[in-house]
Amino acid sequence: MSDRRENVGIVIVSHSPLVAKGAADMVRQMVGDSVPLAWCGGNPAGGLGTDMEAILRAIEDAWSEAGVAIFVDLGGAETNSEMAIEMIGKGRAARIVVCNAPIVEGAVIAAAEASGGASLAKVVATAQELSPS
Amino acid sequence: MNLVHEPGLSFDTVALVCRVIEACRDAAVSQEAYLCDLDRAIGDGDHGTNMRRGLEALAAERQLLSAMPLSDAMIAAGTILVMNIGGAAGPLYGTLLLETGKGLSAGQIPFPQAFLQAVGAVAQRGRSSPGDKTLLDVLVPLSEALVKQTDMRCLAEEIQGFADMTIDMKAVRGRASFLGERSIGHMDPGAASCALFATTVCHELMETARS
Repeated sequence: MSDRRENVGIVIVSHSPLVAKGAADMVRQMVGDSVPLAWCGGNPAGGLGTDMEAILRAIEDAWSEAGVAIFVDLGGAETNSEMAIEMIGKGRAARIVVCNAPIVEGAVIAAAEASGGASLAKVVATAQELSPS
Repeated sequence: MNLVHEPGLSFDTVALVCRVIEACRDAAVSQEAYLCDLDRAIGDGDHGTNMRRGLEALAAERQLLSAMPLSDAMIAAGTILVMNIGGAAGPLYGTLLLETGKGLSAGQIPFPQAFLQAVGAVAQRGRSSPGDKTLLDVLVPLSEALVKQTDMRCLAEEIQGFADMTIDMKAVRGRASFLGERSIGHMDPGAASCALFATTVCHELMETARS
């Protein structure tokens, strides 16, 4: 297994902190701690929803020079993630992808792929195979 | 009236920006329940609360914002909205203000053109078009009216009509799209809040022109 910080990072963004944490727990149990992993859920007031600032922090926490794959649930999680990618700056934005994949299965399979040192493109492609195009 | 796009605003404009922000905050507070009701019908019922939270955060910074050049103020206001609205509306309203501010600062283009470009950016962010039952159904005709320099009084009276048009539309984006045909018959909450704020801004501008 390659060094953790060299592997693609995984970020999980749900409207619910419980869903996000649960998905992250599954990644840790099934894949281990060989990939940088962060999650966030809930709106700025603590209710269900998404929070761009929290997404930015999660990307920072899971940052890897190999890039970061983000997994989202519903619409606002996706648009807020895209907004966060824009805010983080051009240098790193090109190495962050919001995946079109189911949040739990996508995060687990992407983390499994990333733990073997796969590239961001490969990690994203593997996760996106789960979604009918 | 002509919206200022020069750095270094006059004292009157500082007061105007403050009043516009306060009026929008007041509108968000008084219409919170109404917007939540609209959202409960076809979404998750939090649009009014999210907008109120965003506008209160904006109002808390109104002194700072009103002292900035309009372009910088729009960029700062957009950032505040993204950070505080949350939900799907945050990035959309945030993009609208951020991109308007960027247009004003980068291209020295007049406000209506900068706003028109920003509406295009909102469409891209939400991957929607007019007719999809979203806030674009208000923003697109509004931006076109601004470019045509439609009389402010006529415009203020027309805006709610743009939102009313969404009642008969079928949602194809956002949470409401899960309902498909059942989304027909309800006004889109995003279009409703957009009409509310646009009408409020128009009234404040007319009030200032009168005084």
